[in-house]
Amino acid sequence: MKILVCISKTPDTTAKIAFTDNNTKFNEAGVQFIINPYDEWYALVRALELKETLGATVHLVTVGGADTEPVIRKALALGGDEAFRINTDSQDSFYIASQIAAHAKQQGYDLIFTGKETIDYNGSAIGGMVAELLDLPYVSIAAKFELSGTQATINREIEGGEEIVTVALPVVVSCQKGMAEARIPNMRGIMAARTKPLAVIEPVAADSLTAVSTYELPPAKAGVKLISADNVDELVKLLHEEAKVI
Amino acid sequence: MLKDLFQSPDYFQVDELLTEEHLMVRDTVRQWVKKEVSPIIEDACQQAKFPSHIIGGLGQLGCFGPTIPQEYGGGGMDHIAYGLMMQELERGDSGIRSTASVQGSLVMYPIFTFGSEEQKRKYLPKLASGQWMGCFGLTEPDFGSNPSGMITHFRDAGDHVVLNGAKMWISNAPFAQIAVVWAKDDDGIIRGIIVERGMPGFTTPETKGKWSLRASATGELVFDNVKVPKENILPGAKGLKGPLSCLSSARYGIAWGVIGAAMDCYDTALRYAKERIQFDRPIAGFQLTQKKLAEMITEITKAQLMNWRLGVLKNEGKATPAQISMAKRNSCDIATRIARDARQILGGMGITGEYPIMRHMMNLESVITYEGTHEIHLLITGQDITGLDAFH
Repeated sequence: MKILVCISKTPDTTAKIAFTDNNTKFNEAGVQFIINPYDEWYALVRALELKETLGATVHLVTVGGADTEPVIRKALALGGDEAFRINTDSQDSFYIASQIAAHAKQQGYDLIFTGKETIDYNGSAIGGMVAELLDLPYVSIAAKFELSGTQATINREIEGGEEIVTVALPVVVSCQKGMAEARIPNMRGIMAARTKPLAVIEPVAADSLTAVSTYELPPAKAGVKLISADNVDELVKLLHEEAKVI
Repeated sequence: MLKDLFQSPDYFQVDELLTEEHLMVRDTVRQWVKKEVSPIIEDACQQAKFPSHIIGGLGQLGCFGPTIPQEYGGGGMDHIAYGLMMQELERGDSGIRSTASVQGSLVMYPIFTFGSEEQKRKYLPKLASGQWMGCFGLTEPDFGSNPSGMITHFRDAGDHVVLNGAKMWISNAPFAQIAVVWAKDDDGIIRGIIVERGMPGFTTPETKGKWSLRASATGELVFDNVKVPKENILPGAKGLKGPLSCLSSARYGIAWGVIGAAMDCYDTALRYAKERIQFDRPIAGFQLTQKKLAEMITEITKAQLMNWRLGVLKNEGKATPAQISMAKRNSCDIATRIARDARQILGGMGITGEYPIMRHMMNLESVITYEGTHEIHLLITGQDITGLDAFH
């Protein structure tokens, strides 16, 4: 079995968010990047579990410049076998999905895992687009994935409940919490990652269908006003006149 | 303890001097410490109980003997990676770092450096995985800074030797499966010998009532006519140079390690000072607080640069014992001062287990004492620069 895990780099969750170029670009200065948690904790680890229990080769793919290599090395340290970096960058989901699909078409995978979304731009679009471009079934927001032969059983979270889907491989699945338990690499894995192949491939021609006009930060939260417990009149007045909730 | 929010200071962009792999090693150990050590360490210290359940995790992570070649179960990593691992472990707790330091630098290192091929094959893989734990016996009740005066000795008895004496202040002693013991032979020459738990006459009573390194187990090694096979003697070590080279290896780890503790104190104090309001504004805005914080980050930065340079020299095989001694002394000295100032910034909260500072502060009193006291390290530098020995 040959599995492809799509890896994206995202800012660390504690990063301070700011924009440059007239609010059209994320300011990366001083920001620490990590593997998108949904890609790492759920997609990659579940792929590694399948490798360990059923036997599989786990390929990793990322679309980005050389600055994405630390995150892909970490994914190799966790246990991926071979990595591919498609040497281009874009904010457009269709362009990115086209690159992944072109690579996947060439390699032929039984299973393609993505995270359910990246925690920076929250597009949630890549998995579905890759499936469409490859003419494969797509199961989104999977919380559990079991395999019997070439038949997969996938639990999906839906509003107020759960949906259980069966599908024949090959399939594209976007993964979320529940798929697997996050792992920490070890020194042996880090040393092994040194010599694992990381191929840099040039992008294929593809259209960009969207362009970002501008980003906006949410308005700063107002400070909290503390009213002393014996001043109920003041509290009622403020709730009525300022907060306008009573 | 409150949630571990640690973020490492990097005022001089020292990270840019590190490789991608070094950063991955550091971040991995940091992640592990946040997950496995921070949630349990306060309780372990309060109860003075070594959290033995983490040994498997430390082994699995690769914290035991990371510089030992992979063919013997080690990590085959460089010395900067090792230093960063010690920094992160000690950021969690000096006791946890001590456990890993002893295993790697004081047990695996001498077996790897002075041991026979059979000894290496027999012990190193089990020590690397944490299946076996080891300890190191050099200090005696009456011979601490002056180890050459040791009285522990063994006599030749044909196919084995008979070992007598006692060692004190031995980290990991109460639970270790093996001890690398330094003792004099019939000719008065210091030799290394591997003593295994279960050998009749060998006991390891625990040292109770410590106010420091409470999450690390310390004990004595007592040898009462212990028969040890001759094949357990390390063939490559004769004289005090053997144990001293182990100390150099461990001191190198300490130089990095205590900066982890110092960073944790600084990070905690900085965050607290920005949040704590007195006289209607954060105490971080007061000059006396800023003086403390500014001096802390300056000393941490200087020590980071010294450690990094020492790591480069060690990787090139050029680090001298005197250079390592200076780094160990400097790091311990500034870390103890930083812990004290950080404690003061936190006021009364600084003495509680809600914050890690008082624990680090108490731990550092051991670290500035063991593996050569602050005073002995001053004399090492003094001797190195003047050529005159002030020890005697």
